[in-house]
Amino acid sequence: MMRTFLALVRRDLALATRVGGAGGLSLVFFLMVVTLIPFGLGPDLNLLSRIGPAILWIAGVLATLIGLDRLFQADEEDGSLDLMRLSPAPFEVVVLAKATAHWLATGLPLAVFAPLFGLLVALEPAALARTALSLLIGTPALTFAGAIGAALAASIRRGGLVIAILVVPLMVPTLIFGVAAGDPTNPASAQALTILAALTLATGAIGCIGAAAALRGGGE
Amino acid sequence: MLTRLANPATFMRVSGYALPVLAVAAALLGAYGLYLAFLASPADYQQGETVRIMYIHVPAAWLSLLFYSIMAVSALGTLVWRHPLADVSQRAAAPIGAAFTLVCLVTGSLWGKPMWGTYWVWDARLTSVLVLFLMYCGILTLWRALDDPGRAARAVAILTLVGAVNIPIVKFSVEWWSTLHQGASVFRVGGPLVDPAMLRPLFAMALAFTCFGTALHLAGMRTEILRRRVRRLTLLQAERLERAAA
Amino acid sequence: MQLAVDNLACRRAGRRVFDGLSFTLRPGEALAVTGRNGAGKSTLIAAIAGFVPRHAGEIRATGIGERSLSECLHLVGHRDGLKASLTAEENLAFAASILGGPRLGTDEALARVGLPGAAHLPVAFLSAGQRRRVALARLLVAQRPLWLLDEPLTALDAAGQGLLAGIMAEHLGGGGLILAATHAPLPIEGAREFRLGA
Repeated sequence: MMRTFLALVRRDLALATRVGGAGGLSLVFFLMVVTLIPFGLGPDLNLLSRIGPAILWIAGVLATLIGLDRLFQADEEDGSLDLMRLSPAPFEVVVLAKATAHWLATGLPLAVFAPLFGLLVALEPAALARTALSLLIGTPALTFAGAIGAALAASIRRGGLVIAILVVPLMVPTLIFGVAAGDPTNPASAQALTILAALTLATGAIGCIGAAAALRGGGE
Repeated sequence: MLTRLANPATFMRVSGYALPVLAVAAALLGAYGLYLAFLASPADYQQGETVRIMYIHVPAAWLSLLFYSIMAVSALGTLVWRHPLADVSQRAAAPIGAAFTLVCLVTGSLWGKPMWGTYWVWDARLTSVLVLFLMYCGILTLWRALDDPGRAARAVAILTLVGAVNIPIVKFSVEWWSTLHQGASVFRVGGPLVDPAMLRPLFAMALAFTCFGTALHLAGMRTEILRRRVRRLTLLQAERLERAAA
Repeated sequence: MQLAVDNLACRRAGRRVFDGLSFTLRPGEALAVTGRNGAGKSTLIAAIAGFVPRHAGEIRATGIGERSLSECLHLVGHRDGLKASLTAEENLAFAASILGGPRLGTDEALARVGLPGAAHLPVAFLSAGQRRRVALARLLVAQRPLWLLDEPLTALDAAGQGLLAGIMAEHLGGGGLILAATHAPLPIEGAREFRLGA
């Protein structure tokens, strides 16, 4: 089981870095959204600083959606998913591995670079640290929620838009507590961080079971 | 001269000689420029020691534009003359240009901290550079997304030229946007009057950066030519396997 | 192991594909499933693999102990399950870890399908026939008794078909089972034919 998990994570990470892979794509998109919002709002640093955690989190949600459509669809199209269905490991492990690899290639870079991009919206050091921490804890929940949508839309030809519509509602709780946890002036931010961690664990379990149920039957 | 150089084999030979010369020139000029910048030039009466960041920042900004121009010319070469080296030059220029743009952004931001009290201000110039950086990111992404070098070359050439046409429009609209919100951008980088004592290190550094950038570009082109050779040989090997099996 | 299909019926999107299929497959036996296009050859294979729900009937496997049927079979179909940007070796090593129980090393398996020296080539650089061979090499990197092959001869030249025949004969000799959907006759002595949609 561990062997299947590691083999899948390794393969998906390798695919992300090869030609045509999506590695780094979400990070660039994240930066673009963070840049776009001040163009709409105006360069008022006080305003940007106040809504900075929200900007970073919304950009994080949108960047997570990038590449989600290929999470299972690519493997469904070329038959790799059939191979995984024949594995002795439970299909939940397959989903967990693929979601983990996806998070390592898209979610983790967001959290790592959030302090840098936070400077663009004039976040204070305390807010920078808290937002980065909340993204680190919260982005896995976004990926797992996205995995459910990706699994449901795996056999839909133009699945990309469908996925966004399916999973954005599922991401709402994570966004709410993520932004709350990132705001150091919020008296309840510590509680929000705890709830965010709970959301990640719960979404992880629900996401793996749900996506596995959607995919196990076969899409062919 | 150009047509003779524009043959990959000749290019490999000539660039093999030019590369070390340029690298040494960049190192010497860089050392001289840094000496002038850090030791032999005065601090600014307004900006203090911080002004020395400019000796890195301004050359980086210059190269970020120079490399985009190189890419635009190469893109024309790809689209109009369909020259293989043009596309190699463009491919090699993109990451270098992006890197210098990033250096420009980071140094600008570091300079801003003591000047403006914050690392980032949505100043018209800085913001234009940020948009330029995003354009570089788009071009790099397109390269990575396409497997076949021939198809990628055309696609990237079109994107580069569209970007080149857009740069003045972006610059204009960002300036308009920035003055609309005058409050945030009362500061202007530098002034028209620069003391000659500061001009000398600036020129030295700009020259050093140009040599350095050109050396990187040549090295990148050589790598790209070799990479394509490896790709061709790998394809040949697959074909040979096919024949051996038949 | 032994496979028994009893009165099997499948539906696709509510449409009848086949009804009342029955056959048994014993160790060392090969079954060539034939029939016109759309007769349900691929559906039968997908149903045995567990990818398509049964509408009625039963698929029984005996002699596999605690394992489920899907853990005891290989499937090589139209979709070859190969990633173009990974090398042949990476693809096979991945398949071996996913399917469990390595039998042959990837180099050896590639040599058996007539692709020695292709280990480090990205699959994108290979021809259709070569890709097919890499997919077939999967049969060799993990030990599984039942082979489900959907048009295994497609894209293979005469030499490739000869290699495949040898590999299949060896598998049957070791007590393995083969069920192949095919238009062309299988290059196996004593393979039974099962005609769908007759």
